[in-house]
Amino acid sequence: MDIVSIEGLDKGYGAHRVHRGLDLAIRRGECFTLLGPSGCGKTVLLRLIAGFEQPDAGRIDIGGAPVSDPAGNVNVPPDSRGIGMVFQDYAVWPHMTVFDNVAYPLKIARVGASELRARVLETVALVGMEGLERRLPSELSGGQQQRVALARALVARPSLMLLDEPLTNLDANLREEMRFEIKELQRKLDITVLYVTHDQEIALAISDRMAIMDGEGKIRQTGTPWEIFEQPVDPFVFSFMGIANFVPVRSEGGEYLVGEGNQPVPWEKPVVTAARYAAGFRPSDLEIARSGDGLQAVVVRANFLGAMMDYLIEVDGARMRTSVETHEAIAKDLMFREGDRCVARFRSLLWFDAETLKEAAQ
Amino acid sequence: MKRRGFGTAQVILFLSIAILVVVVAVPVLLIFLNAFWVNGSFNVADVIRIIREPDTWQALVNSLIIASGTTIGSTIVGTFFAWLVTRTDLPFKRFMKGMFLVPFMLPSFIGALAWKMLLSPRAGFINRFFMQNLGFDGPIFNIYSYAGIMMVEVMYLFPFVFIQVCGALERMDPTLEESARISGAGLFTITRKITIPLVLPSILSGALLIMLYSMAHFGTVAVLGIENGIFNIPTLIYQRIHQSAGSFASIRTGTVLAAILVVAAALILWLQSKVLSRGHYQIIAGKSFRPMELKLRALRMPLLIFCLAYIGFTIVLPTVVIFLVGGLKTYGLPFTWENLSLDNYKFILFDYKVTKDAIWNSVTLGFSAAVITMFAGVMISYVIVKMKVRGKGILEFLGMLPFSVPGSVIALGVILAWSGKYGVNLYNTVWIILVAYIARYMAFSLRANSAALEQVHDSLVEAARVCGATMWQALKDIVLPLVRPGMVAAFFLIFLPSLRELTVSIMLYAPTTRTIGVAIYTLNEDGETVMSAALAGIALILIIVGETLINRFIKTERRGG
Amino acid sequence: MAHLRLVNVTKRFGDVTAVNGLNIDIEKGECFSMLGPSGCGKTTTLRMVAGFEDLSDGEIYTGDRLLSSPKKNYYLPPEKRDFGMVFQAFAVWPHMSVYENVAFPLRIRHLGSSEIEKRTRDALASTNLLGAANDSPDSLSGGGKQRVALARALAINPDVMLLDEPLSSLDPHLREEMRFEIKDLQRKYGFSIIYVTHDQAEAMALSDRILVMKLGVVQQIDTPLAVYNSPANKFVFSFIGLSNFLDAEWRDGVPVLRGGMPLPDGLAPDRNMGSFSLASRPSEIDFVSEGEGGSYALEGVVTRKAFLGEIIDYQVNVGGQEVRVQKGRRAPGPDVGSACRLRLLRPFWYAEEEG
Repeated sequence: MDIVSIEGLDKGYGAHRVHRGLDLAIRRGECFTLLGPSGCGKTVLLRLIAGFEQPDAGRIDIGGAPVSDPAGNVNVPPDSRGIGMVFQDYAVWPHMTVFDNVAYPLKIARVGASELRARVLETVALVGMEGLERRLPSELSGGQQQRVALARALVARPSLMLLDEPLTNLDANLREEMRFEIKELQRKLDITVLYVTHDQEIALAISDRMAIMDGEGKIRQTGTPWEIFEQPVDPFVFSFMGIANFVPVRSEGGEYLVGEGNQPVPWEKPVVTAARYAAGFRPSDLEIARSGDGLQAVVVRANFLGAMMDYLIEVDGARMRTSVETHEAIAKDLMFREGDRCVARFRSLLWFDAETLKEAAQ
Repeated sequence: MKRRGFGTAQVILFLSIAILVVVVAVPVLLIFLNAFWVNGSFNVADVIRIIREPDTWQALVNSLIIASGTTIGSTIVGTFFAWLVTRTDLPFKRFMKGMFLVPFMLPSFIGALAWKMLLSPRAGFINRFFMQNLGFDGPIFNIYSYAGIMMVEVMYLFPFVFIQVCGALERMDPTLEESARISGAGLFTITRKITIPLVLPSILSGALLIMLYSMAHFGTVAVLGIENGIFNIPTLIYQRIHQSAGSFASIRTGTVLAAILVVAAALILWLQSKVLSRGHYQIIAGKSFRPMELKLRALRMPLLIFCLAYIGFTIVLPTVVIFLVGGLKTYGLPFTWENLSLDNYKFILFDYKVTKDAIWNSVTLGFSAAVITMFAGVMISYVIVKMKVRGKGILEFLGMLPFSVPGSVIALGVILAWSGKYGVNLYNTVWIILVAYIARYMAFSLRANSAALEQVHDSLVEAARVCGATMWQALKDIVLPLVRPGMVAAFFLIFLPSLRELTVSIMLYAPTTRTIGVAIYTLNEDGETVMSAALAGIALILIIVGETLINRFIKTERRGG
Repeated sequence: MAHLRLVNVTKRFGDVTAVNGLNIDIEKGECFSMLGPSGCGKTTTLRMVAGFEDLSDGEIYTGDRLLSSPKKNYYLPPEKRDFGMVFQAFAVWPHMSVYENVAFPLRIRHLGSSEIEKRTRDALASTNLLGAANDSPDSLSGGGKQRVALARALAINPDVMLLDEPLSSLDPHLREEMRFEIKDLQRKYGFSIIYVTHDQAEAMALSDRILVMKLGVVQQIDTPLAVYNSPANKFVFSFIGLSNFLDAEWRDGVPVLRGGMPLPDGLAPDRNMGSFSLASRPSEIDFVSEGEGGSYALEGVVTRKAFLGEIIDYQVNVGGQEVRVQKGRRAPGPDVGSACRLRLLRPFWYAEEEG
């Protein structure tokens, strides 16, 4: 069953249209991520669901009941929507202790003192902050403050939790740690999470399903992380999800030739027809070797990055990136130097119409 | 929710607009009406006639001369000291920095009184010392002069530039200067080509503040100028209103001068915002290292002595003189032990009705004005900073007004509005002073409260809303506790200056409604120099104790919050 | 002979020794990185080379020219050292145009106007800034500002370029691009680089040699590949990329994991080390089936599996300790909850440090 369903949503500020006829459904109990570049309107959508903004048209249902429906004159205020929310800037109240911050939703709900205490302590422990209940937020690190915010959003056991880029302000190590913890909590407590971010790595790591939004607020693709990563519907989604090679390919006499040369692409031929093609693949989809079958190429840049060797190779004027794990490169004699010749083979390749690339580049 | 919230928002907005209209906008409007509206029609020619009267013209020119001189002097002094305490290896820099900020606390008209005692041509202690002991024929310096007035104003106003430039220099990313150094530039070149240009907006902004303050400044010119016939705009307004007991012609002159003052103030503030917005470089960033310090080497000791002498001469000496004179049996006696006692202080605190009343009036007026203005300021700032309602633009405009209306203008406007012409007559009561104080200090309250409210991010309130709190619960539980320090700061920012207020009170007092400032001034005018000095001494003690308390409060708040 | 020489360089702030007896020789045209966590003394060292900090002890030379020596009471001020330097926070002057920023070091040296013009244009061209010459630096993006800073440092054609975390303020995508640009500029101009960073990938990609530092003490100086292949100690191992450490000890003459699971021969150190850590990298662990892996394999249970796009990230519980494994997205791997066998491809052993 869908816990959130959005139909035909319109939202604009003055002449600027953020969302036009947007539809979205989030299933109960899943971790759903809304992924898009900054300024694409994903935060606006989250705020519409929370009730901080009103749609111009369309309808939002939470748990089967309408909460926003301008046509039906329905507008449930944020405090009556029964949701939890975590903000990018933590938004923990600086004048309250950890305990008071977490207890606030229960106080508002007039929960009795002994039950309140028990539930606060339990939730504080859940986010790994036990023993710090009496601290003020100014005595906590950024990561700890975000844990307090998380506990505060969880304490009333909402069925839906909204997270607005909650890890952006944390450093890389903490970010990685916290994303696993959020996922853990979501599973353990069996709540629905709607997570908004521009960071595709976090989205892949925590989502059951995710939606990719483009710069104009349009949803390009919805699916599991694997579907989004391995079966992107267009070049925008493909390039948004990680480092992407797009190699120009021209069709001549039934052959599909790379760049300006005469070497055919060693892969299945495209099913669709287009004037010009682009072969899309990730660095890990391109395998290089000293010799053997494949495209004849030259290494133009070799970069040692520790665990990875990062190469830029050129095939008849077309440049592409590939990477090899360092221990494998050493074991298999794949430590190339700039100027070395090599051969390149594909492990995977997607065909795109070159026309649609321009739009993806924007 | 939307419909109900909309209603309350409108009420709060209306109330905020009403307060600013009644307290600030109406008086200012009446001044302009009175100045330009003669016999039921708009008349510019008559305004020009009034401006061309010799006295009026001279006052305008004087205001300009004194303000320019003061601004230039203060800017040089303020920038130099700021550079000295932030960018050189001068010893005791922290102490020096604290001392250079002391003049902020001292009322300049009390300073002017002290300098009058020291440097008046015949009776001034310094002049007398030179004439009697060193064989000088005449006074070495006449404080009753343009130079004297400007000198005293510079002493008390330079901290405006000092604090701005200090702040800019301390926040400035040291690598901006280091990268010039590694490029091959020496410290002198860096100061000239990098440091000064980068802090120029701060220097100019501080200078413009001083210009604004000095043009509208009453006390120093009243104490030092009137004796020698030097009037500026505020003193001339005072003199006209006071002498003619409200004749139509004198009020016209007053309103024309006041209108000019308002326009000039608005212009200066506009220029300041231009300077700050265009020239506001983003020079704050990066990890902070200690900025480079210029090694003063041979100049270190001479500059230290210079700074100590400056502090001694401009802060310690006048303060000591006030307290000593306040202890004399009769003015003119030498400072010997048998001539000094605490009798005057006892007398004015416990026996002398005029000063007892004045102290009581100032404390109650200051307290009431501070409380009222603090609450009104919170409400108005909340609408401006946080609320999204239609009609907010009007309030934002009205909210700017208190910043550009000098004290003497407010006093005059209040007289026009509350003297019975429009149904309410508060003239000659303490209430008219209270209304004027509220108008005068509204700017302080708005500034402190907006700053506090801007710290309260929207997400803090939104977090409370998703926790289930209604709008009012969120206000009560989150917003109010968080702006409380701002409100307390606003209270003290109003209460302490109002204890020494002179410009407004002097225009509005009646025999029983003197304030401390008025009492000091009138006692001095009446030749009661020792009483005047004793009361000034008590005012100084009150102010210094108050400032110390508020600074301690702010520090603990910062540590706790 | 080394171009830049640091001899027993020491810096104390009060009781704290920020840099302790550092000896480095940097060749002409070399790119030398100083890598370490914040507070390790790398920036202080760079600032001593630049001349912004005095030395407490030791000497610094370029070629035969003495730069700093507290013993001889000699200290050449930064403006006389003729180095180029780029700072983390850009430090371009907002009140001057891009052109004037770059021309500044040349004007200070009182060069002829045509010479200034030529060299400024050269530096701007090398950093792709010719089009923005008359703009205010404030109108440029972070990357643009950092290019101005680079051009300004290049203008005097210095022998030594000091770079203090120049890419930390840029977003990740731009960071990579600028890294390539810095490398290209070095090839073109031939200056030596001292590069300070806390980002190991950046140091690896740019440097000829890397110095890893901790609390003011050198841990290792070597080529990037050597630092990666044979980290000198546990700190270096943990600082260079992701790492697993399994607590182990020598019990009754046999090496065992904490908890008692005995280590197979291939994963045992060659001598009795007392308490020690068995170190491995997540990317250098394979899943092997029953009977494979021989004396290099450990048994465990998968507790977490996350699809991260290019890689799949596993957490495996081995005798109560967590081991992280990262495999390419194509490699088949076990599911959460299933038992598995891990083969550590390149194990390292580090004795537990005292204290």
